[in-house]
Amino acid sequence: MAEQNLIRQSLLEKVADLHSVPDGAYNLRENGKPAGRRSTGEIRIENKEGAPGIVVTVADGTKNKSVHIPVVITETGINETVHNDFLIGTDCDVLIVAGCGIHNSGEEKSAHDGVHSLVIGENSKVKYVEKHYAEGVGTRSMKPKMTVRLGRGSTLDIETVQLGGVSDSVRETVIDADEDASLVITERIMTSGVETVDSRTTVNLNGKGSSARINSRSVARDDSLQIFYPAINGNAECFGHVQCDSIIMDRAKVRSIPEICANDVEAKLIHEAAIGKIAGDQILKLQTLGLTAEEAEERILAGLLK
Amino acid sequence: MKRMIRLENITYSATNAETGVTNNILNGLSLNIETGKYIVITGPNGGGKTSLAKVLMGIYTPDSGRVYLDGEDITDVDVSERAKRGIAFGFQHPPRFKGLTVRDLLGIAAKRKLRHAELCEYLTSVGLCAADYLNREVDSSLSGGELKRIEIATVLATGAPVMIFDEPEAGIDLWSFHRLTETFRTLREKRSDCTVIIISHQERIISQADEVILIADGKLSGRGDPSEILPKIDSFAARACRFDKA
Repeated sequence: MAEQNLIRQSLLEKVADLHSVPDGAYNLRENGKPAGRRSTGEIRIENKEGAPGIVVTVADGTKNKSVHIPVVITETGINETVHNDFLIGTDCDVLIVAGCGIHNSGEEKSAHDGVHSLVIGENSKVKYVEKHYAEGVGTRSMKPKMTVRLGRGSTLDIETVQLGGVSDSVRETVIDADEDASLVITERIMTSGVETVDSRTTVNLNGKGSSARINSRSVARDDSLQIFYPAINGNAECFGHVQCDSIIMDRAKVRSIPEICANDVEAKLIHEAAIGKIAGDQILKLQTLGLTAEEAEERILAGLLK
Repeated sequence: MKRMIRLENITYSATNAETGVTNNILNGLSLNIETGKYIVITGPNGGGKTSLAKVLMGIYTPDSGRVYLDGEDITDVDVSERAKRGIAFGFQHPPRFKGLTVRDLLGIAAKRKLRHAELCEYLTSVGLCAADYLNREVDSSLSGGELKRIEIATVLATGAPVMIFDEPEAGIDLWSFHRLTETFRTLREKRSDCTVIIISHQERIISQADEVILIADGKLSGRGDPSEILPKIDSFAARACRFDKA
């Protein structure tokens, strides 16, 4: 049991930077069951009716508050789909820390599919951080789905991180932005072994003055496979920018398909995508500064993924 | 500590990947460079200047001959180790790094966390404003001239006792070039222990050298103070021109 607690603690640190019970609201889910919860006056967490999961309601005007909703799986053979809804009021400023850690030392597959829905009220500011981490022998799978409605004048900053251990992941995100809403998505992925990642993001800029920046940075090592499909639809006077940068190594494969679609003459959309191996002259330059070839390679990868 | 670089009978050839033709670049070049000097290596294009500099840094391995640093044979010492032993190299065409900032590169070069004042000093000495550049990534958003100046700043940040600059003037605008010649002069005045080896065609850089080394056809073809060598360069350039036309 003591060992189990250590594994759990290590996973919580990796996916949610948690060393102890977090301040403010939180909901911990462990091995397919609720394992701790705290609501506050401003952030209410309740069970979702009709499905496993929670409903997080953030009151209007909630400022500088956070809600942590980590998921840990330390047993083999746990396969769950969890539905989490976030209803964020107007004029809020909140941080949501989601994230999932799987330690699978058994033979069976363990999987967590989080289905998240965010409705963000007018003029609210939300930062959403989701880290995925897994380790062990058995298959570790994660299939997060997220739909977001960004209210007028609101801002959303999504940061997703998956730097290793997830055998296969499929991410689907659909975001609708109203007038003057702004969105930044930063995705950082590193795969190794035979891991696969399929990441699909669709942003609909529906309101005048809305904007989106999707910035995807990845490293594919060994025999891993990555597919990116970021798409921005400009349906009004808006600004959208998609940027995908991947470093490919060994026998990995990377497919990057950025799409921009303008349905309004005032839509201004840009996409940039690049895939390439680490250039020899980059390694050489860092060697002339005293790094070994291995150190140089690590420094370049860390730079891209920081 | 005074340092000495010695090249002994260096030959180096390169094979063109497309044509398969092998060209001799360095033909039995021997050279002593004393430390604490401001040396400019010059000569016609294709004469072997850059190859010589790359042999010094360990980027190219000579076919034969030996390289010594302070009497120690470093011919088989790799680039990283030579850097640790105090040789730094500024590339003519430095690479870009997506994800590494100017601050990161200067920190790697200095092998420690630099104080803000130090970072500013290195950037100012190449004519860049720290506030504008420190947190910028060394990626394609930088112009060729900016990239080149940052390259020179990273070499300065190493504080290495032997600094080699391969055509530092190439790709730099006139104003920055003047700033650069001042930087090299200051470097020489402030650090008498530091050996600065610059590969250059620029008269302004050549004329402030302690010693000029003329390399042509992969061999040492002249050596002396600028007033001795500059006239030779002119005749060389003229001959090279005639040769090109023929």
